[in-house]
Amino acid sequence: MLFKISLSNIRKSIKDYAVYFFTLVIGVAVFYVFNAIETQTAFLKVNEDQREMIKILTTAISGVSVFIAVVLGLLIVYASRFLMKRRNKEFALYMMLGMSKWKIAALLLCETVIIGIDSLIVGILIGTGLSQVMSAVVANLFEADMNDYRFTVSASAIIKTIFYFSIMYVVVILRSGVVIGRCRLITLMNSGRRSEKITMKNPWLCVIVFLISAAVLGWAYHTVGWDFEHITERRIGLAILAGIVSTFFIFWSVSGMLLRVIMSAKGVYHRGLNSFTFRQLSSKINTTIASMTVICLMLFVTICTLSTSFTIRNSMNKGVEDNFPVDFYGRFALHTHDPSDDPSDDSSYHTGNIDDVYAQQNMSIYDDFGEYHHFYDYIESNFTFDTFAGDRKEELTGSSMSIYAMMNFTISFLKLSDYNAVMKLYGQKQIELNDGEYAVSANAAGMPEMYDKLLEDSTEITVFGNTLRPGSKKCILSSFYPDIQASNTGTIIVPDNAVSEKYRGVDYFVGNYSAADKKGKEAAEKTARDHWNYVLRWYKSPTENGYMSGIETRIEAANNAIGIGAIVTFLGLYIGFIFLVSCGAILALKELSESADSMPRYMMLRKLGVEERDISKSIFRQSGIFFLLPLLLACLHSYAGMRFAKIGLDLLVTENYIKPIIFTAVILIAIYGGYFLLTFLGSKAMVKEQK
Amino acid sequence: MSLLRLENVEKYYGSRSSLTKAVNDISFSVEKGEFTAIMGASGSGKTTLLNCISTIDRVTAGHIFLEDTDITSLKGKELNRFRRDKLGFIFQDFNLMDTLTAYENIALALSIQKRSAKETDKAVKAVAEQLGITDVLEKYPYQMSGGQKQRVASARAIVTEPKLVLADEPTGALDSKSAKLLLERFNYLNHEHGATIIMVTHDSFTASYASRVLFIKDGKLFNEINRGGDSRKQFFDKIIDVVTLLGGDVSDAL
Repeated sequence: MLFKISLSNIRKSIKDYAVYFFTLVIGVAVFYVFNAIETQTAFLKVNEDQREMIKILTTAISGVSVFIAVVLGLLIVYASRFLMKRRNKEFALYMMLGMSKWKIAALLLCETVIIGIDSLIVGILIGTGLSQVMSAVVANLFEADMNDYRFTVSASAIIKTIFYFSIMYVVVILRSGVVIGRCRLITLMNSGRRSEKITMKNPWLCVIVFLISAAVLGWAYHTVGWDFEHITERRIGLAILAGIVSTFFIFWSVSGMLLRVIMSAKGVYHRGLNSFTFRQLSSKINTTIASMTVICLMLFVTICTLSTSFTIRNSMNKGVEDNFPVDFYGRFALHTHDPSDDPSDDSSYHTGNIDDVYAQQNMSIYDDFGEYHHFYDYIESNFTFDTFAGDRKEELTGSSMSIYAMMNFTISFLKLSDYNAVMKLYGQKQIELNDGEYAVSANAAGMPEMYDKLLEDSTEITVFGNTLRPGSKKCILSSFYPDIQASNTGTIIVPDNAVSEKYRGVDYFVGNYSAADKKGKEAAEKTARDHWNYVLRWYKSPTENGYMSGIETRIEAANNAIGIGAIVTFLGLYIGFIFLVSCGAILALKELSESADSMPRYMMLRKLGVEERDISKSIFRQSGIFFLLPLLLACLHSYAGMRFAKIGLDLLVTENYIKPIIFTAVILIAIYGGYFLLTFLGSKAMVKEQK
Repeated sequence: MSLLRLENVEKYYGSRSSLTKAVNDISFSVEKGEFTAIMGASGSGKTTLLNCISTIDRVTAGHIFLEDTDITSLKGKELNRFRRDKLGFIFQDFNLMDTLTAYENIALALSIQKRSAKETDKAVKAVAEQLGITDVLEKYPYQMSGGQKQRVASARAIVTEPKLVLADEPTGALDSKSAKLLLERFNYLNHEHGATIIMVTHDSFTASYASRVLFIKDGKLFNEINRGGDSRKQFFDKIIDVVTLLGGDVSDAL
């Protein structure tokens, strides 16, 4: 009997439940898809590096899943509480008929179980389908071949999804039990009848609050997005707090002012249904300020997360292409004194020769490569960026957006012949220098511009006993060492005769394998890597302080870039999806229930002879502005947030931001816009139906 | 020529097995400037009849003409437009927008006709003056008494200067003092403004304010009396006589 009642209840209020159910299904599906990546990718033929990356990815996803589960749990509790409120009258009827509170709680339990099981089944089914697509995406990202592809269902992901969602449903059931236990018949019966009280806020207070919050928000924007000199953790924290609080008060004051402003424009306010529309809207916003704030902040996080993750991914892949123009890069140096005394002191790396290392095992590094160059950089221990910038340092760092410029670092020197040889190997432009001249090479974000300014002054430098002047007023955009991003903060190139070998720093070796095809290169890389590791394992250092060594290869760098890019993208998408769905669902539920409550108002409008077109226009405006308001403020927040992210990401990213932002917008429009459309159509149908 | 003409109007509910003839072959006409009351017991079909005239409900058979238009043949947009431009409504439960002030409620009727704000303002103030609600214009419905609400609703109904004002039990939710006040306003509108009013009621006292009363029983026109030169009191007694004739069920409602 109970089961029958609950089933018919669900069927009856299917409109209210549709959005709830839809959201649950999406939640389950997304949860499953991301947690199934591990199983889905098991069959992919990928190499070790990539396997490792996928492992990191899945670990990260299960970590984030806990957080996601909390967000979804909160959403579900909110939504169910909301739907329960709408059924107060129904509960009152049951109680009047003599049903015990236990029975009503059992009824609710039945309903939750039915909806829970249905949503899990549908969600996992959809998730299984989508995760096959996800496999293709992963395979594509990792450039793995899909020949062995089979349709897979991840049992572990299913168990995990069921486990997490069961916990959420149990919480919902307990909560509704408590609510039912507490409620009293008379309040339930009167719940629908209370006529809405319209409280108008004091307009002047609203204006003052608005101005103050706008000013505070402006300060917060300035702190994180523009005022980089004074940035500290404390100030960032303060700015975030200020942002949250002022967001709330902006919604609070706007809800009070919006109506006033429109009302003061009599011509607009009394045109068509405007007075009705804006009254509806204003009462809606007035009762949702807290949710609006949360939604706005969630949208802000989503926009930043999505666009930043896409930016990182794009620039990662492009970074390797641009900045790793050679197959193999090794470096080696002996420590002249114990490096732990002062790790930042680059001058502790001195001399040492990779040839000697190989020679100890009767081997030669040159055997493993087709073309190569072997060279040193030169270091004068007290020549740093500060030395070079001189008294213009303050001015430069103040105006600059480059985080590098705020640090002080040793600038190393390169012989012209070495530089040109390396550039030839990289297929990049070689340079010419006269005696007594120098050139600067850099490519880390913001640095070339800074050197340009210094070179304009024809800054003379004195190193290794020679005084040199700039050969060109332009800094060269290049790096003598390969990396996954542009990270050369500055190298000075000097004529061969201007350095003395006694200032040798690190020994560098860059080379290309002789093999031409992918397979051959992979084999050559394995050999070269094995040899390098082998000779170093048995190497006996002539000094007590040990040595420094390292290798990086193009293949490894590419894999890492793909891997890091993929991890960041997946996490961004995961969080972004769930946040967008949550925002959309909260707004949709609120708007739909408002529409249901306003049904008599619409019926009256019809009796007054309002045309259907005007009614749907009014509904469109109401839900449109309702959805747009938090998004608008979130976009503003994001602009400042992205400026902040940009400065942080300069270390990683040189890519432009247009494409990622378009991607983000597409996803946002698809999900958030989808919810809007659903809400609009749902409200329209709801209002139309009962003629 | 009469303003409103009903020709053999029928309205059936239900299926073939259990047919309810809510309105069963009713014909009458209303002249311009008339104040007509339709009386009948609950379930006699008077509200259904009013709903048919107001195009909220469709007739099963027959025709209703307002001036030259057959309103039973109107569809969709035309219906809304007809209601908007030609009719004014007053309901038992006021049907005011609880989110709008009295002023805005009245203005809404004009603004959906796309009148200018200036024109609206003038018309609203004028009608408020006539109905004595100028001092509640800035109040919300929950701040008003029942009588005030009903007068605001009446103001909304007549502010557009409709051809026909339809009132469904306008005094149903009012105490006797407010009811009297409202009906006097109706009389005023009828006499001074020439407003044509059709009012559905089961209350003889309310009906006695009309110039003509139609009685309906079981969906059929039962009787019709005109006030002529009678005073309201005399007319009231006449109505009571007919009500007694109609049977005990109506006197229960008195």
